[in-house]
Parts: sequence; C-alpha cells; structure tokens
Amino acid sequence: MNILMNIGFVIAAPIVGGLLTGVDRVITARMQGRQGPPVLQPFYDVMKLIQKESIEVNSMHRFFVYISMVFAIFATTILITGGDILLAVFALTLGSIFFVLGGYASNSPYSIIGSERELLQIMSYEPMVLLACVGLYYADRSFFVKEIINNSIPAIVYLPGLFIGLVFILTFKLRKSPFDLSMSHHGHQEIVKGITTEYSGRDLAVIEVTHWFEVIFTLTLVYVFFATNAPISRVIAIVICGLVYLLEIVIDNAFARLKWQQAFTSAWIITGTLGIVNLMILSYFR
Amino acid sequence: MKFVKKSPWILHYDGSSCNGCDIEVLACLTPLYDVERFGIINTGNPKHADILLITGSVNEQNIPVVKQLYEQMAEPKVVAAIGICATSGGIFAECYNVVGGVDKVLPVDVYVPGCAARPEAIIDGVVKALAILEEKSKDARKKTGK
Ligand code: SF4
Repeated sequence: MNILMNIGFVIAAPIVGGLLTGVDRVITARMQGRQGPPVLQPFYDVMKLIQKESIEVNSMHRFFVYISMVFAIFATTILITGGDILLAVFALTLGSIFFVLGGYASNSPYSIIGSERELLQIMSYEPMVLLACVGLYYADRSFFVKEIINNSIPAIVYLPGLFIGLVFILTFKLRKSPFDLSMSHHGHQEIVKGITTEYSGRDLAVIEVTHWFEVIFTLTLVYVFFATNAPISRVIAIVICGLVYLLEIVIDNAFARLKWQQAFTSAWIITGTLGIVNLMILSYFR
Repeated sequence: MKFVKKSPWILHYDGSSCNGCDIEVLACLTPLYDVERFGIINTGNPKHADILLITGSVNEQNIPVVKQLYEQMAEPKVVAAIGICATSGGIFAECYNVVGGVDKVLPVDVYVPGCAARPEAIIDGVVKALAILEEKSKDARKKTGK
C-alpha cells in the first residue's frame, strides 16, 4: 500500500510540476495584461519537442542532460517518499553539476556563459539549502523527512529565519527573475537561454521535464517546514506551498534581473544573517 | 497528435528592412494581440524555433547569415516572409546590394504581403505556416517510418 502510494507520488510529481508551470505562465500573462496560453501549454511544448529532430552537437552533450534528469528524479523520489533530506539535496546538486557540464560540452559561447552563471548560482544557493537541512536536524533530531513531518510541532516554529532564507534562494532554483541569470524561462532572454542554447528537440524536452521535478523538489522543501503529524497541518502546508509559488511569480514579474555579483552577495548575506542567527538561537535553547 | 500546431516557436530575423515590419512582428507579442495565447513564443534561438520569420529583403551581406540560421533549425521547419520587402525586395529591390526577396536564398512557405504587414496579417501568416508545418512533420514521420 505504502509502496504503491509512493510510486503514485513519483508519477504525479512531473504532472503537478508541469501544471504549476502552466499556471505560472497564465498568471504571469494576466499580470502583464495579456490573456496567456492554455494551462496545459508546458505539456504541448514538451510533446512537440519530443516529436522534433534533436540536433547532436557532440555525443557527450546529450548524455549530460539525461543524467541530470535521472538525478533530479532520484532526488525528488527520495524527498517525497520521506527519505534522507541531505542525500536528496546532494543528489539534486549533482544533477545540476551535470547540467552545467552539458552547457560546457557544446563549446558555444552562449551556453558557456550560461554554465558559468549556473555555477555561480549553485554557489549562491547551496549554503542556504545545507543550513536549512542542518536546521531541520536541530529542530527535529532527524534528517529523514518521514520523521521531520511526524513531529507534533512544525519546524517553522524553530526555524522562521531559515524558512525566509530558503524562500529567498528558491528564486534561484525556480529560475525566476531577479535570479534567472543562467537560463530564463521567458523567450528571448538571459543571453538567449544560456545553457539550453545548443539543445533542441528531445533534449530540450528533457531539460523542461527536469525543471518540473525541480519545482516539486523545492516546494517539498517548503512543505517539510509546515507539516506535522496532524492531518490538517498537511493541508495547510500544501496551501502554503501554493502561496510561496505565487509569491515567486509576483517577484518574477516585479523585479529586474540582477547582476551576478549582486545576486551572489545578497544570497550570502541572507544566508549569513537569517540562517546563522537562527541556528545560533536554536542551539542556545535546545 | 500534432503538438507542433499548439506550440509553434518563432525565430525572427531582420534582413535589410526599414524596421517597419519588425515593429509589427513585435507588436504581435504585446497585450493587444498576445500571440502567446496560441503557444507562440519568440525564441531568438534557431535551435529552438519551428518557424523562421524574415522581415526585409536579402542583401549580399546577409545571405550567409540567413542560410546559417535556416540550417541550424531543427526539422520540421517553415519559413515565412513578412512584408513586401521579404517577398520581393519591395522598395529596396532596385538597390545595388539587394538580391531580392527571401525566396532567392531559402525555400519560403508563406508570403505575408503588406508595407508594413499588419499584425493581423502576420498572425494569419503564422497560422498558414502551421498547416504547412503539420504537413511537413507528417512527411518527416513517414520518411523515418515512425
Ligand atoms: S515591407 Fe515596408 S514596412 Fe516592411 S520592411 Fe519593407 S519597407 Fe519596411
């Protein structure tokens, strides 16, 4: 029963992720006074890309995005089946690194710029993600999501600072402005889409689906902060995930893209103040 | 299913135009016309695009550029010539460096006349291009046996 439910979650993850990106596009369009595409547009895009020709720049170049997707699926699976949060975070980072390698592999100046910026982004958000994991351990004495979400007090009570910091760096992971330096999901932007420049057809579809998994991964991190053993808290946690996603869409539309220096320093300052102070206070009381 | 009809991505290239048609192409993306309703995205990247929109005539300087853009696009792909300059050279046809319409170098599938072509006409042209794109993807699938 439990295994079946877990398999169901893993199959539902990209579908929900795709729907969320569709909703994102509609809301973004409405904010700009446009009607926007249908909600299922991301699925149409991916299906079209699958039917198109994939241009091969060299043999490695394609391999990296597939590996990257495997790690994204692996990380999301660990997280939503209640596994070790640290392992999930590292698996996702590994996936991102393979994605960066894919950008370097093609030798196109555009995708190399994308790769370099993606590395800077990883450097910006990774400390905060790790601190969040450490904080969750401090609060709930476990790295296992299963156990963290089965306590009677939600982790947010102990970790408000870490949560705000996490929401801040989610903007990197969701590839939203002001921090979508390496590849933007809007057409004709961020140096013509950075790492994805040389990818076409099926490979581009794989990148898109990987992003859906990443969306679910990041929202699951938000969920973990609010869920407790009371069933009602699970509902509240899902509602909060939706609100956080909405907030990210608003931020995406309201802010201009920052330079990498500003993105990097602001992320580290937030990590340094909110994250560390929160952990220090917590270690004092526990 | 023919998903290409639901998500045509566009690459816009400006040959030697007066920029009138370019502005009209970009006007299609504004809230008034909002082509994203049909899933149309202006990609700016030949490897992601399905439809190549060319405004302005072809001259000696940009022949290699236009050809390279076309070659970098993944199959199936279509070319639409926007504005009278792109279809025949228009008022620039007599210039010493102008070769003529886009069809002098690329196989053009759709011609959208007008000086400048109106956004409605451009959207109409793209819709026509979609029908051709669908034909082409059918042929492509037949060839590969899928
Ligand atoms: S058709 Fe007219 S508006 Fe368009 S590029 Fe030519 S001269 Fe300019």
